[in-house]
Amino acid sequence: MNGKKTLKQILPILLCILVGLLFGFFVLLLTNREEAFNGFRTILFGGFSGGIRGVGNVLYYATPVMMVGLGISLGFKAGVFNIGGPGQFVIGGFLATYFAINLPFEGPMRWILPIIFAAVGGAVWASIAGILKAYFKVNVIISTILLNYIAMYLVNYMIKHTIYDSSTNKALPVPKASQLPTAGLEKLFEGSSVNIGFFIAVIFAVITYILLTKTNKGYEIVATGFNPNASKYLGMNEKFNTILTMIISGALIGIGGALMYLASSGKSISVVDSLAAEGFNGIPVALLAFNNPLGVILSSVFIGYITVGGFYMQSYRFVPEIVDIIIAVILYFSAFSLLISQNLDKIVLVLSRFFKKKAGEK
Amino acid sequence: MGTIAFVLQQTLIFFIPLLLVALGAMFSERGGVLNIGLEGIMIFGAFCGLLFINAFHGTITPQLLLILGLIVSMLGGMLFSLPHAFASITLKADQTISGTALNLFAPAFCIFTARVVQNVQQIGFKNDYRIDKVPILSNIPLIGEIFFQKTYLTTFIGIALFISSWIIINKSRFGLRLRASGENPHAVDSAGIDVIKMRYAGVLISGALGGLGGLVYVIPTTTTFSSTVSGYGFLALAVLIFGQWRPGRIALAALFFALMKTIAASYSGIPILSQLAIPDSIYKMIPYIATLLMLMITSKSSKSPSSAGIPYNKNDR
Repeated sequence: MNGKKTLKQILPILLCILVGLLFGFFVLLLTNREEAFNGFRTILFGGFSGGIRGVGNVLYYATPVMMVGLGISLGFKAGVFNIGGPGQFVIGGFLATYFAINLPFEGPMRWILPIIFAAVGGAVWASIAGILKAYFKVNVIISTILLNYIAMYLVNYMIKHTIYDSSTNKALPVPKASQLPTAGLEKLFEGSSVNIGFFIAVIFAVITYILLTKTNKGYEIVATGFNPNASKYLGMNEKFNTILTMIISGALIGIGGALMYLASSGKSISVVDSLAAEGFNGIPVALLAFNNPLGVILSSVFIGYITVGGFYMQSYRFVPEIVDIIIAVILYFSAFSLLISQNLDKIVLVLSRFFKKKAGEK
Repeated sequence: MGTIAFVLQQTLIFFIPLLLVALGAMFSERGGVLNIGLEGIMIFGAFCGLLFINAFHGTITPQLLLILGLIVSMLGGMLFSLPHAFASITLKADQTISGTALNLFAPAFCIFTARVVQNVQQIGFKNDYRIDKVPILSNIPLIGEIFFQKTYLTTFIGIALFISSWIIINKSRFGLRLRASGENPHAVDSAGIDVIKMRYAGVLISGALGGLGGLVYVIPTTTTFSSTVSGYGFLALAVLIFGQWRPGRIALAALFFALMKTIAASYSGIPILSQLAIPDSIYKMIPYIATLLMLMITSKSSKSPSSAGIPYNKNDR
């Protein structure tokens, strides 16, 4: 990728972020004029607002949404809208928690195996939608929406009959031995919940990138998304590719669930009738990155960054939901950022003429 | 009251909002614009309607207030769908992204506003909109029990809107032009009709029905609104596809799902089912599994509008 092309892709996104932040500032001004500046500064400083602990938490928040974002972006690349993040995420989270509690031995396998089971669980769950699409032509958007709810009720049922903690109405906490190692990160980022999960996610982002850009199968997946008829004509196995896409996508999202619930923060799955929010939060992460796996690393860290900023903003009595508003606005503008980037040359030309004219007047 | 009447009465509570929002999605997609943002539109519409209802509660009779609240929620939904229309029609942007942005924006905005205004995110309201007995009509056996006892005005509004939607999309000149804009926009354009305007109309109607569906969903099911409609906007999309983008089939699909949902939610009140001792969670899964199975049988021939999701560009033919 050459520099100019990268700049052309990144510049519009930066513009979108600027617009989103300005919109957020405007809302803050409307709601509380005196503290608006302080509040806005906190969002801008984001993860740094809480010192080193805040930085650690940025990485912690970015981890699960990065995995979900990867899975969803892979689907988009293949022309499949996998909206089943919540289902695949919670299946992965449940299997990881279950095996983390029940594995009978010690050592690093206590957290590695649960991650693998989570990947398999997410893959199997997502493959249902893939099979339904390939052999019964069931629209993936609708099947994954329905599978989200089935997964949610299924996991609630399974938790209640296996690893249920009735005092908290949650799954039992993951024992210390099964938590993801912090590998000294807890000392580097004191007080935060960061662990090696973040780096695991980054590795998967790189793997996904290589898969899509450097392998034949990855090329087929992208080609099928780009033009299904042409790839069929060229003899690519469309059915198999659809199922394979869903399998990889689901595995990545399932791992996201594992990394979330195996984290040392000790958060466990609640038995409630509502879909896992992380599964949907991966959608803006994927879209902001234009479905580029390496871009997903940046977009998920960005979202982690301003989420932590929103958390610290509460000290100025602002409501943290402002962060979601800002992300929504950024996402909205990114929808037509392609338009901006296509006309970037024109915009630059007009601007440079304008400034030249001004300089000439002087 | 008989079990059947009880089940059908409950079914209506799930059926009407699902029907309205799915019909909204139909208007948008038949015109050629995907509207994945209906979840957000429902939330925003319900929010606007509830704010209005709470502001004027007690000043006029409940039923009149409800009607005005429903109109406000429609206007709110239309207003909220406007950015989606602008992005996907005028700017030819990615329709999935802008729809997702709406879904993200609505709950955040409503929670934010609620907390700024009243410190808590839940918006409470007093439900005095239920009509216990419609005079005379409620005495008809069965039908009276189902439709005219413990009912809501919204049921009849929903049915009326379904009938008018069916007529508009299938029998009116506007409907024909809208459908053509979603199938073959270039042909529409060459006939001298403004595709852009038709598509805006489609999205705005979907906004109105989505906003309305939001309030219609919230009023009978809860008394505290916390900026969620429990995924009904997504389910409505499922109903739309299940219903093959046709109003009659959409109604059947919504009815099927609502009936399943009712049985799942109130099985303990149905003597035969409560004796079976099947776990609660399994019952709750049934509507979704049943819909999925139905889709396996019916999806082979999809009748999706062929230009849905593709921005209209005059220049490419």
